Amino acid sequence: MVKVFEKRESTLGAADLAGPDPVSLSLRVNGQTFSFVAEPRRTLLDALRYDLGLTGAKKGCDEGTCGACTVLLNGKPVYSCLLLAVECQGHEIETIEGLAKGGKLHPVQEAFVEHDALQCGFCTPGQILSIKALLDENPEPTEEDIKRAVSGNLCRCGAYPHIVEAARAAAKKLPR
Amino acid sequence: MKRFRHADAPDLETAIVLLREEGAEAIAGGTDLLTEMKAGIRAPELLVNLKSLEFKGIRDEGDALAIGALTTLSELEAHPLVKERFPMLAQAASLAATPQLRNVGTVGGNLLQRVRCWYYRHPHVKCWLKGGEECYAEEGLNHRHAIFGTSPCIAVHPSDLAPALIALDAEVRVVGPEVDGWLPLEEIYCLPDENHRERTVLGRGDLLTEVRVPYRGNSRGVFLKAMERAAWSFALVSVAARLDFDGNRVREVRIVLGGVAGKPWRVRDAETLLQGQAPTEELVAKAAEAAVAGARPREHNAYKIPLARSLVRRALLELFELRSRRD
Repeated sequence: MVKVFEKRESTLGAADLAGPDPVSLSLRVNGQTFSFVAEPRRTLLDALRYDLGLTGAKKGCDEGTCGACTVLLNGKPVYSCLLLAVECQGHEIETIEGLAKGGKLHPVQEAFVEHDALQCGFCTPGQILSIKALLDENPEPTEEDIKRAVSGNLCRCGAYPHIVEAARAAAKKLPR
Repeated sequence: MKRFRHADAPDLETAIVLLREEGAEAIAGGTDLLTEMKAGIRAPELLVNLKSLEFKGIRDEGDALAIGALTTLSELEAHPLVKERFPMLAQAASLAATPQLRNVGTVGGNLLQRVRCWYYRHPHVKCWLKGGEECYAEEGLNHRHAIFGTSPCIAVHPSDLAPALIALDAEVRVVGPEVDGWLPLEEIYCLPDENHRERTVLGRGDLLTEVRVPYRGNSRGVFLKAMERAAWSFALVSVAARLDFDGNRVREVRIVLGGVAGKPWRVRDAETLLQGQAPTEELVAKAAEAAVAGARPREHNAYKIPLARSLVRRALLELFELRSRRD
């Protein structure tokens, strides 16, 4: 391995260093490409909210504990506050704004309305995206599967029983 | 979060060279590092993104399972070979953090994550581990802290995967200027001391790239984790136990505790007691007692001793398929 470290100068030159000043970034969100300029320290959450104007993902704890910032990255739920925007380039990101199509709510959104699965609504975008990702992968989840799917989304209003009901109802509604 | 430069590592060699730079840090999943950076307790000048490297995925190697360090905990938890060969490892992965964190957090990052001690994580407390003079947990709030081991820092190792992988005799490949080659996972961990305020033997620029878990014949394992709530909690105490049988006798045994010491804590006295024996409830009780014999509680964490004892007992009863009167 020793020989590796003799190449210091040339290797450093070859690596693509970005920042700390703002750099051009490009994100694929809800099927659209957005280009903007931000520092490498920009989190995906801040990029969505401030650079793209998509405020559906909420900033709660900003440290990966509450789940209000949940979005889907390549179809999987992630905390957007714990990802750097610069590292999300080239991936498919889905936010709550991308769920309704042609003015019609997504079946999970409809089920949340019908089953009164929220009070204040702050955690709701995250809850819905976690459940959407679950149903995409597992169209017939058990109650345990649903609880596990939203175990990283805190609801301070305690709407959990209704959230589980809404998820079960959405599972029945979704085309198999 | 302080400003930093950022580079996607084009290859392993370049990653290591970049990481030798003053102020450089590696980022993989980033779920631990970014919380430290946001809290202001870490401020790298250069982040080297490892996700562009190839150490991903899980491979069957005939006599072992090879797990790339960049494999996410979700991938580990769901992989058919992990579930079939090492259910205890799948269990440990599934009990860590939350779905969102498991979708991003990597195996390498989980094994090398930093301690959860509230003094360490506090932005305005300069504890011993952060280069300060004293460990505030020693005389302060030490509910979550160590009951084993001697070190100026009494924070516990938080990983769930580490005890499970050590119980499975996993080896890790480290590539770098200071440590290079394959070594047992157990041997990368150390308790910090005055000369080395770190929890691993890895040096600047050393990267953990792969984990190798050997297949065993007649082997069974179990992972149990006690938490304050049933989801998104670090272990108060965890136990990973594996038994290989020779007929009805114990051929080989590993018992590793999590959440009780500054590193994953192998309880060799308990292992020795079980070696070559035919299982009985009495033997299990003795082994569980031996597992906590060296424990030294602090003001607020004596509860960890009966907790560890019970978890070891329960794990062994399950492995021996014994039923206890008290269960």
